[in-house]
Amino acid sequence: MKSVDQARNALAFLEDEAHERAFDALIWGLRERRDAAAREVAEWEELRTLASQIKEHTLTNLAHYLEMFEARATRNGAMVHWARDAHEHNQIVYEILSSHNARRLVKSKSMLTEECEMRPFLERRGVEVTETDLGERIQQLDDQPPTHIVGPAFQKTPQDVAELFHRVYGSDPRRADPVYLARVMREHTRPLILAADAGMTGANFAVAQTGAVVTVTNEGNADLCGNVPKLRICSVGIEKIIPGNDELAVFIRLLTRSATGERITQYTSHFAKPRAGGEMHIVLVDNGRSQRLADERFWPSLKCIRCGACMNTCPVYRRSGGLSYGATYMGPIGIIMMPAADIRRYRELPFASTINGSCSNVCPVQIDIHEQIYQWRELMDDAGLFSTTKKAAMKVAGAVLSNPRVYRAAAEGGLAALRVLPHFALYNRVNAWGRRRDVPDPAKETFHQWYARTRGRAKGERP
Amino acid sequence: MRVGLMIPCYIDMFYPQVGVATLQLLEKLGVQVDYPFDQTCCGQPMANSGAHIEAKATEELFVRNFADYDYVVAPSGSCVHHVRNKFTAADDTPERRHVSAHVWDLPEFLCEVIKVEEFPWARFPHEVALHVSCSAIRGLGEQSMSERPNDPWFSKPRNLLQKVNGISITDFDRPDECCGFGGTFSVTEEAVSAAMGNDKLERIGASGVRYIVSPDMSCLMHLQGCAHRDREDFHFLHLAQVLNGDAA
Repeated sequence: MKSVDQARNALAFLEDEAHERAFDALIWGLRERRDAAAREVAEWEELRTLASQIKEHTLTNLAHYLEMFEARATRNGAMVHWARDAHEHNQIVYEILSSHNARRLVKSKSMLTEECEMRPFLERRGVEVTETDLGERIQQLDDQPPTHIVGPAFQKTPQDVAELFHRVYGSDPRRADPVYLARVMREHTRPLILAADAGMTGANFAVAQTGAVVTVTNEGNADLCGNVPKLRICSVGIEKIIPGNDELAVFIRLLTRSATGERITQYTSHFAKPRAGGEMHIVLVDNGRSQRLADERFWPSLKCIRCGACMNTCPVYRRSGGLSYGATYMGPIGIIMMPAADIRRYRELPFASTINGSCSNVCPVQIDIHEQIYQWRELMDDAGLFSTTKKAAMKVAGAVLSNPRVYRAAAEGGLAALRVLPHFALYNRVNAWGRRRDVPDPAKETFHQWYARTRGRAKGERP
Repeated sequence: MRVGLMIPCYIDMFYPQVGVATLQLLEKLGVQVDYPFDQTCCGQPMANSGAHIEAKATEELFVRNFADYDYVVAPSGSCVHHVRNKFTAADDTPERRHVSAHVWDLPEFLCEVIKVEEFPWARFPHEVALHVSCSAIRGLGEQSMSERPNDPWFSKPRNLLQKVNGISITDFDRPDECCGFGGTFSVTEEAVSAAMGNDKLERIGASGVRYIVSPDMSCLMHLQGCAHRDREDFHFLHLAQVLNGDAA
């Protein structure tokens, strides 16, 4: 399969300067609010360590906690299903729906169903799927995947949304006011929630000791989707399990502060049992997670609680846009998750980073994201997934830089200096540096030549 | 105390005056410095691109050149970060471990090893912006980072710069956001890289400052390239040049 060309996609994003500026300002604003929120909590760094340890403990004992969760949830009256992969997940959801003759599904809050590409799967089988969260609904109406895991429509300006809603709903295209736009959307989706046959949510956490699925939201749609229709389905990635409510408290303190700088969201909801006369189904989804857990190097990405802080701080993400990654999960966390799902398709993603380390230091569960990006790069070399030109350029650079005589000849041959370093030699694209920047002038005399001229050749010896 | 001076390949080729300033500065401070003649590069350009197989021979050459020194000093945070924390392409030998454990970025060496109090010869009567690289901040811990707002604030490069007569250091917005260089990233993602560089210059420019000082010349190479293209009137100086009293 053709790999995603993140750099080319980023270029398209950058060419629309007004949107790029607005996106960077919006997303950097989240990072600043996160900093302010973290500053308020004196024990912030200890909390991060604790959260990381809880996740590591839970992932280390995942089978135990999953079985505990299944037993408790079953005792609460929920029905638990196990899905090996995306297809099984979609199949299970469809079977639940069709056995109830449910044709209209409303849903809230789930990146997992995006990962499983569930919506097109169900739509092909005649199920009408409605996203009820504002951002998700905007993207659905515009037929675009999410551009951010917390705010799927962050890449659109209020004006973009006003025009979209005008097109779809006939609302006032001049009113680019978020409060007005949210009301327009609600007026059109609330009747769909009331008429729905089934409701679906994802999960921020699944609590093993209580058997409850926990969602953390602001708009309250998870509660409507989960409580209005008699049939409720919760899709849960198996890494979302945590031991108990004490541990949950640690994550609740970290999650929204990291995501948006809010101390807490409007709703932290525990879905523990079906509503009276209804049914509750929980689908536990693996879809590659067990395999990643078994990987000595890359298991820590499973600690992720989907706050998006790494994306908000990432200067590359903010200047590339979420769509440039061509993936369900984007930004730094996407870079380390997506190649595990499809190494060929996502082989360029680890290079869409300056490895500046900011992501790892905002991560509330201390995933060493930038170190993992570095390791994914090495893996691409091991797996023979460099392009032939890149491999050749690296071989030449390695051969020149490991041989003092050859290096000297190249470095001191005037313009040849530009061909020594891979920065300039790569793909023979000196132009790629020079397109938007000036190429530095090689010095008339290298440091080495200066030293030889003024100090003599031997170590410490004066001429 | 045997001190080996590492001059990174891009400084050797493009900015020899930075190497000269580093050497002269150390000598003024009474440090006797060797310059191993067979040195080339630390291997980072390949290794950071994932090409660890291709970086092996270069890293091993580095180990051979510097294994005999008590201190290896380089005027480049990113190279030092590579040698100290990422030196895994070379075979794991006692020599490799010695080199990794004894390599110092210039600001660290000045602050921690020889504990410099003053630079009486250095005068720089200008307002400057100090850009500290991501490698120096988050890789080497030379400065506290904005991501950890509860940590006590400190900056080794800034402490040094403040000792220069007549200097004033001006703050700018998003001080520790990456400048966009990132090694081969600057070529493979050239559009994003240049956008990041131009944003950095815009923020520094907004503070009214025209002198940009950094302990990492690779960031400056990138920023300088961006600035020249837009005809911005910035001056770029390595920290060693200012501390050595050059170009006042």
